[in-house]
Amino acid sequence: MPKYDWPVAGKRSHIGKHIERIDGPVKATGAAKYAYDINRPGMLWARILGSPHARAKVTSIDFSAAEAMPGVRATWKDDDIVGRELQYVGAIIAAVAADTEEIAAEAVTKFKVDYEILPHQVLDGNPELSKDKPSSREAGNVAEALGKADQVIEGEYGIPVITHCCLEAHGQVMEFKDGEMFIWPSTQNVSRYTDNLGEALGVDQNKLHVDCQHMGGGFGSKFNSDKWAQICGLLSKKSGRPVKLMLERDMELAIAGNRPSAFAKVKIGAQKDGTVSAVDAEVCGTGGMGGYNAPPVPYVFTKIPNTRIIGKGIRTNRGGQRAWRAPNHPQGCFLTMSAFADMAAALGMDELDFFLKNLQFTDRPQVYEDELKIAADLIGYKAKAHPRGDKTPGPIKRGLGVSIHTWGGRGHPSECDVTINPDGSVEARIGTQDLGVGTRTAIDIVVAETLGLPLNAVKVFIGKNEYPQSGASGGSTTIGGISVSSRKAATNALNALCEVVATKLGTTAENIEAIGGQLQQLDKPANKIAWKEACALLGPNPITKRGTNNPNEAEKEKLISQGVGGVQIADVSVDIETGVVTMNEFVAVQDVGLIINMKLSESQMYGALIMGVTYALFEEAVYDSKTGKMLNADMEFYRLAGLKDIGKFKVHMMTGPGYDERGVIGIGEPPVVSPGAAISNAVANACGVRVPHLPLTPDRVIAALQKGGVIA
Amino acid sequence: MNESDSNQTGSFSRRNFLKSIGTTAVGAAAVQAQAVAQELEKINTDKIVGPGDVPITLKVNGANRKLSVEPRVTLLDALRNRLDLTGPKKVCDRGTCGACTVLVDGHPVYSCCLLAIETVGREVTTIEGLGTPEKMNEVQKAFVHHDGQQCGFCTPGFVTACTAFVRSRPNASPEDVRAGLGGNLCRCGTYAGILLATVDAAKATKGGA
Repeated sequence: MPKYDWPVAGKRSHIGKHIERIDGPVKATGAAKYAYDINRPGMLWARILGSPHARAKVTSIDFSAAEAMPGVRATWKDDDIVGRELQYVGAIIAAVAADTEEIAAEAVTKFKVDYEILPHQVLDGNPELSKDKPSSREAGNVAEALGKADQVIEGEYGIPVITHCCLEAHGQVMEFKDGEMFIWPSTQNVSRYTDNLGEALGVDQNKLHVDCQHMGGGFGSKFNSDKWAQICGLLSKKSGRPVKLMLERDMELAIAGNRPSAFAKVKIGAQKDGTVSAVDAEVCGTGGMGGYNAPPVPYVFTKIPNTRIIGKGIRTNRGGQRAWRAPNHPQGCFLTMSAFADMAAALGMDELDFFLKNLQFTDRPQVYEDELKIAADLIGYKAKAHPRGDKTPGPIKRGLGVSIHTWGGRGHPSECDVTINPDGSVEARIGTQDLGVGTRTAIDIVVAETLGLPLNAVKVFIGKNEYPQSGASGGSTTIGGISVSSRKAATNALNALCEVVATKLGTTAENIEAIGGQLQQLDKPANKIAWKEACALLGPNPITKRGTNNPNEAEKEKLISQGVGGVQIADVSVDIETGVVTMNEFVAVQDVGLIINMKLSESQMYGALIMGVTYALFEEAVYDSKTGKMLNADMEFYRLAGLKDIGKFKVHMMTGPGYDERGVIGIGEPPVVSPGAAISNAVANACGVRVPHLPLTPDRVIAALQKGGVIA
Repeated sequence: MNESDSNQTGSFSRRNFLKSIGTTAVGAAAVQAQAVAQELEKINTDKIVGPGDVPITLKVNGANRKLSVEPRVTLLDALRNRLDLTGPKKVCDRGTCGACTVLVDGHPVYSCCLLAIETVGREVTTIEGLGTPEKMNEVQKAFVHHDGQQCGFCTPGFVTACTAFVRSRPNASPEDVRAGLGGNLCRCGTYAGILLATVDAAKATKGGA
């Protein structure tokens, strides 16, 4: 019988070690090819015309001037574009493909389009802008609990719309040739990228070939083939040439996805000892023209007996929302943890003690307690902590802020084929993708571990939809999915090899293990055969075996699980004369089950913290109510943190007994949830007042200090 | 289109415009006459090019590469779209993020902000000229070792900028690195690895490279 269990701690050669990413050298030398880098012979460049108006109807469109330009090869528009309402700036109207990028860029300016301009609405933040029926959820009796509470506070908090800002813009290269469509997309979903694409292109589904070896960031915004994929394919069919269509940066920021905003009034009640008894929240926000899901408040502390949340969606003429790393969690976390810290301050309690006091209301009190204590030690909490408002003289005020978070992270369905060749070489094939998290490396680690081989003995093939199907990379589901499918495939292939080797060793297949490049008898290790010799016994026929991750089954087998806890503490300085917030140190402690690659798990943690610093301090999609345009649809004013902005980090992963047994759980989302809350709480602790809205820009800090009477 | 074609069209040319300014300046400030005359001579010896394709030769990664570009084509687009050197990446396309960084005469520049025709006669080095997966330079090795990369899209620009940085700052401290590499941005958040990689690479490069 094949054994799929993860090897126990003493018997792991690769799993859990610090292992360099196997595609590191191709990336560091610029040899890695992304969708944006694919250049095909005779390829055309396409450019899209997006709506210049936040709301308008196209009344006529004329391509003749553009089509008269030398080098213009094909144009595209939807048949029903005239008369259709365009609902945001950048909404796709038409496109052109030309010999060079420069000609395409010029040609698109020569489209003659007339519009009927309609009134628009792009603002959020005010619940009165909501026209939808509010959502409402209540447990217990909030009014009564607030009436009985020793302390009640009410605060206002806001977290704005931010975008994904993938460095590789959305897009793809497509080449239509002899009835087949070859596609090089930038995607998080290789296996099912082509869903619905065949019909739109008039090409059979089985003639759509996807190849995505590297992709330059998705963060939840690249799950499907988009409208621009259809346009690209149709332009290729029309012109008979390969076509590259990548979004321009302004389009990327305005229309290729965003994280919805959340502005809230949060009222909480607590007893004198710090036990929270009630949370009452009214939240409004926007994610564009679509519906709105109010973020979870209270977040993590879900067992608080009396809670009510009212959600009011604001429909805005902005590009639509997409999943943004841990959808709705950073918002729910920010609203909840900010209110918690404000309650601790109101009660005169230490923030860390206040969080510890309320862990009974979480799903995993012991994990959080352990993590809070480790995080406190790592940042030197006892020595640095002070009540709200740094009373030391001078304009630089220092403070600490705490937050906790959770996520699911159960592995998605995944299939893998592992082939053992007669020459001893090994191949693994999965229709998955590597977003830069180290998926390729993880497959290598698991297969090599299972077969008792060094990492370089395994060749990993991913990124094509012809390979065994695997899930989309979202929700921290990839590592659980691919580690189980590759573990099972490798085990199944190994067992088939052991059947062959058993006769040679004079034992049974069950009594053989693969270790250190050998196949050896379990109860008599001296009876062994080298890997290469063992494979030579296969004769001319390689072994290929399939492994499947069925998540329910794998969870029962304890190969994967879900539900993690994490803690973060930020240490910041605030200059109360300029309002500038500086990151000193940021500590993160995370439970994530069995870790496949410690090095790249830590990289995920650092990356999430840096992304968190960015949205806490800098990021916001700013819209102009008059023109309806995103004012900062570029990278000068849609600011990402740089090396100078991030401070120092300490990361601690919870591993060993109690954690490893949980099996593999994803890590992509959880550590990005807390930074907004932790940093905001640290700023409040430093300067003595809550800066209600993220990002914590100098103007907002100064305004809060003035309002709070800290400065004149 | 060459110079004489440009004159035949009778259109308003950049050189005539500068000539007229020059003439006025000479009349207004005689002391500057010589300087202006020198400037004019320089302008007159510059060949006016465009707007159509211009044949140029670029020296990239040590090799002379002949290509034909419109004058408006940036160095970045010439490298990526004409020479298939796709290591330098197009991200912001306006000199903010550093993903397009290349070396021109050894200095790091944003190749999205230079015209290809401006780099004729200069040494252009792209990430492809710094090392290969089989033979990486010290910075590339350090990026792999410290995992200074995730999706990898900012990486070639970062590695190129770092390579120039460590050559000029062999004793770089972490604080030097934070300031010196402020011209490159990453979205995945790889700065922790980049910081360690650059400090290490600076040590390894000392006296060499």
